[in-house]
Amino acid sequence: MDLSVRIGSLTLHNPVIAASGCFGYGVEYAEVVDLASLGGVAVKGLFLAERDGHPAPRIVETPAGMLNAIGLQGIGVHRFIDEKLPELRARRATVIVNICGTTLDEYVELARILSDADGVAALELNISCPNIKEGGITFGCSLSGTFDVVSAVRKVTRLPVIPKLTPNVTDVASFARASEEAGADAVSLVNTFLAMVIDVETRRPKISNVVGGLSGPAIRPIAVRMVYECRQTVKIPIIGMGGIADARDAIEFIIAGASAVQVGTANFVDPLIWPKLVNGIRAYMQRHQIARISDLVGTVDTRARDKEWISS
Amino acid sequence: MSPIDVAAEVTSNQPLSPDYNVVALAAPAIAAATAPGQFVMIKAGTGHDPLLRRPFSVFEVLRDSRGAPKGISILNKRIGASTALLYTVRPGQRIVCLGPLGRPFTPVDPPIDAWMVAGGVGLAPFATLAQTLGARGVRSILFYGARRAEELFYMDFFRSLGVELVLTTEDGTAGEHGRIVAPLERALASRPAGAPVMIYACGPEGMLAATARTAATHGRPCQVSVERIMGCGLGGCYSCVVPMRDERGGFHHVRSCIAGPVLPGDQILWE
Repeated sequence: MDLSVRIGSLTLHNPVIAASGCFGYGVEYAEVVDLASLGGVAVKGLFLAERDGHPAPRIVETPAGMLNAIGLQGIGVHRFIDEKLPELRARRATVIVNICGTTLDEYVELARILSDADGVAALELNISCPNIKEGGITFGCSLSGTFDVVSAVRKVTRLPVIPKLTPNVTDVASFARASEEAGADAVSLVNTFLAMVIDVETRRPKISNVVGGLSGPAIRPIAVRMVYECRQTVKIPIIGMGGIADARDAIEFIIAGASAVQVGTANFVDPLIWPKLVNGIRAYMQRHQIARISDLVGTVDTRARDKEWISS
Repeated sequence: MSPIDVAAEVTSNQPLSPDYNVVALAAPAIAAATAPGQFVMIKAGTGHDPLLRRPFSVFEVLRDSRGAPKGISILNKRIGASTALLYTVRPGQRIVCLGPLGRPFTPVDPPIDAWMVAGGVGLAPFATLAQTLGARGVRSILFYGARRAEELFYMDFFRSLGVELVLTTEDGTAGEHGRIVAPLERALASRPAGAPVMIYACGPEGMLAATARTAATHGRPCQVSVERIMGCGLGGCYSCVVPMRDERGGFHHVRSCIAGPVLPGDQILWE
């Protein structure tokens, strides 16, 4: 049985990746999770410099989901390379570094620095964080901005380049196409949905940033639809995410068109979810006699249903 | 030591009041590894709503007849959906429980006295701390404040450990009328400078801030156990941050799940 996934020049040994922003720098989980057993570890978004993020409260629970506005608190790329990457390397993690810039030059500089670092497998371009005003999302909400940042990074690195797309646009698929045309090796989607929760007693927003990004099982059907739409539009691999809580959810994304999946919020609920996901995917493949996971990608059968079946 | 995740069986659920209860969980490995002030992430329900686990201080480490750790208990106060579920759990039900997590209290030794300051459900980490301090021969006082007399719990437990109790209630139905920081302040003011004391605090944010301030005013060290909305308990989500002073005169956010929940009171930037 072959669970491997190709993303540009990179081969993941299985399609299950820890989602950026939900898994710290990976090292936080090293005592409870075998990092090498994951297809990949997408670390928390990094700028060049350290950032302190938003004040608490940063999250609030919502029906079958959660709203967050962390504000990309982070240690900056240099401390990441010095303090975190050696342990990730020692634990044989496949490290996908999520990078964020306030300017196009910052993305390019980050890509250059990380291309020279030992132990980085791929770059995920965060052009979709809904929680910071400057940079990031401003690229991700404009087709030309997306094209420009992807092609600029493409020029300076041989690492696989994976823009992470926002769902907070009218047509995600057009952003996947702009990414593909700019030379992206894959796209990952979706980042969180911009959302808001208000305490009606105090009339105060429940998180300090007023608005934040919605994740968790509540968003899964919308994310699946967006992956499906992108699959119809681009040929490059899609890394699907949004509310995956078990192996069946992961398989749903794969059938919709994702070559690999990322899991975020579910890791908070169950930090030991990873072997359950991989084993569950394997069991499904066995049951359906699927030799290679790549054979399942995008196999959703959307033919018109039999009329008799509908009326019965 | 790495945290352990178990589907722990509820062995008892003892209501203490219409809002408070104590849930005992069969979790011997977590019980054996727990230090006073550490916490567990638990989820009383299954399914996606409520979705996330919630952090709870370990209240008691439960032991069998030979003294071996067999489980832990949680002091729960019904506030939202998850705590309401935890109020009604039944023996035999299983609850996922990850722990022990976080940095514990640092216990002192004689001749340093220990003054524990608890507000409401903030009593939780002091049962195990009082036992640890008692075993070290430390003289302890529990300053314990609640809304009303019916919400002061486990006082015989602390008395049996030789802990002196100073009580306040907001409605004056037991102890002194008012907030617990008032008697703490008086005790600090009358304490001779040569008599060392360590202050431990857990409770509402306002009480913690006032305790940390009065401790600093009187030049006494203070360890506070903070409570924040927490997503994961392992440092993955960056939700539970506390602003802490840094050496450059500024502040930065630290994750209370892994740097805390016990933090030095004088380094927190209180609102």
